[in-house]
Amino acid sequence: MTNERLQEILARHAGTEGPLLPILHDVQRAFGCVSPDTQQAIAQALNLSRAEVHGVVSFYHDFTEEADPRPCVQLCRAEACQARGVEALIEAAEAAAGNRVRISPVYCLGLCSVGPAARIGDTLHARLDAASLVRLVEAA
Amino acid sequence: MIVRISDDSLALALGADALASGFEAAGATVERVSSWGMHWLEPLVEVDGIGYGPATVDDVSAILDGTSALSIGPIAEHPFIKPQQRLTFARAGKTRPLSLEDYEATGGWSGLRRAQAMSGEAVIAEVTQSGLRGRGGAGFPAGIKWNTVAKAQAPRKYVVCNADEGDSGTFADRMLMEGDPFQLIEGLAICAHAVGAQTAYIYTRSEYPHAIAKLRAAIDLAAAIIAPLHMEVREGAGAYVCGEETSLLNSIEGKRGVVRAKPPLPALEGLFGCPTVVNNVLTIAAIPHILSEGGAAEYAALGVDRSLGTKPIQLAGNIKHGGLYETAFGISLHDLVYTIGGGTASGRPVKAVQVGGPLGAYIPPAQFDLPFDYEAYARADALIGHGGVVVVDDSADMGRLARFAMEFCAVESCGKCTPCRIGSTRGVELLDRIRVGAKVLDPVGALPQMHNAPKVARTADQDIALLEELCETMKFGSLCALGGFTPYPVLSALRHWPEDFQ
Repeated sequence: MTNERLQEILARHAGTEGPLLPILHDVQRAFGCVSPDTQQAIAQALNLSRAEVHGVVSFYHDFTEEADPRPCVQLCRAEACQARGVEALIEAAEAAAGNRVRISPVYCLGLCSVGPAARIGDTLHARLDAASLVRLVEAA
Repeated sequence: MIVRISDDSLALALGADALASGFEAAGATVERVSSWGMHWLEPLVEVDGIGYGPATVDDVSAILDGTSALSIGPIAEHPFIKPQQRLTFARAGKTRPLSLEDYEATGGWSGLRRAQAMSGEAVIAEVTQSGLRGRGGAGFPAGIKWNTVAKAQAPRKYVVCNADEGDSGTFADRMLMEGDPFQLIEGLAICAHAVGAQTAYIYTRSEYPHAIAKLRAAIDLAAAIIAPLHMEVREGAGAYVCGEETSLLNSIEGKRGVVRAKPPLPALEGLFGCPTVVNNVLTIAAIPHILSEGGAAEYAALGVDRSLGTKPIQLAGNIKHGGLYETAFGISLHDLVYTIGGGTASGRPVKAVQVGGPLGAYIPPAQFDLPFDYEAYARADALIGHGGVVVVDDSADMGRLARFAMEFCAVESCGKCTPCRIGSTRGVELLDRIRVGAKVLDPVGALPQMHNAPKVARTADQDIALLEELCETMKFGSLCALGGFTPYPVLSALRHWPEDFQ
């Protein structure tokens, strides 16, 4: 099953110039990670060495080798959101998250005039305070 | 009754979708348009030219009655909008982003049609005449870059739009991609025609899912207009350094986003070894206006000195009236922060502004008369970068921000050159020592093999001198702007707020 979906992804990018990143994005979305086995299969399909594929996977923050099934709340921690007080919200957010939700930092969501900002999936949230952030984390 | 609400992702993050549903439920026709750029008023509702914001679902009936206290009067006359000189963002707030009809009705494609009737050389001559310089930060003249690519002999050429807007405090690229994607597409098509490229890529960040979706939809809609040019959006994968043009090219090629040494210039050996124009979103988006009848001369008439035309400035961070402000070069920080921005959102005094993203210098209020101009900023050891202005109030600890800058460089360094890869880590360690005032002997220096290392702990002054020396090395020894400009926020914080380092 996994293999079928992987072959489907590889076939979709057969005519693409520089296909590795688009493939890795699709794999990460489909499987939640790019496992070592998958890396090997991708390397074979693209006539690359496993080291080359592994090098790319480990370089970019978006790709992971192991899946984390927890819901993820990306919280912007960059300068503009810091200036708007995001650091004061971290403790409450982490307490609300516990082990159930992953709070991961992101460096800029482009909502720099209305921070603190967060992203869950493709949904964005801005003008967060401790209470609204905790509600988001609890609902994630 | 037609109600206009933005579908920019900033408005969406503030509940614009729920608001739009509220108006539809109340029987109004809702048009989803781009954002005016007055972010403190988002979600902003426009009814017959009158603005109401920031609105919630509870305000729907009062807005429809015209009795809402949220009214800001006619939007076009608002003191934030009226003084702006919007060329690149001329359509902001006015058109539906994916409507070809709206785009055409507001002068869309006229630059492309005019360019297609001209030779590539003539197009480049107009771009050169306009004085347009790269809006990504380096400020390289666009006409010269295009000319280099046009003159290069190669069977394949590329145009790459750098939409990897990773700097904190910048969102103009995002707003343009989401609000006026056809303008970017038109600019790319003009560029491809001028230099003889067959393929155009737009490389943008995975943190911008809405921009990616809008661009892909817009490219599909415009495919027949820009044919035979092939255009594609490529999604980054969370690496800040990929905003640097050569690592961006490596990333499109499917490699690690590692910086390439220059020369060879990307204009001669860029994507897949072919001559490539790499320009920022705002550079490309300025092109359709420049190529319209008389546009180049109009553009060149704006601005100061060698910084010509307009610059979309982004007011962000702890600022009362944050948003997008496009104006001719030359405006002072004082006007931007106080007159237009209204001071801090927290109501506390302004301590500093950081212009140009994480690699930009922190500028103290004493220097707020600095005109917005590439050269003036360079002379003040600062940079305009992508035009992001992040305000911080007096509660900020500049020592912590300096450390953050170094740490950010350490995390995001691609690892290719030593000053950036190792210098940033040593910089974080040094700043930690300085900030805690630890007078301990460096453990590596204490090793018996380290014959030449001093055997007594450095004083705070010696640590600061060492940090300055390290910053010099990074500034002049790094391959790209990441290592080369990280010293700017660090040294400016150290110079202007030494008390925050004790």
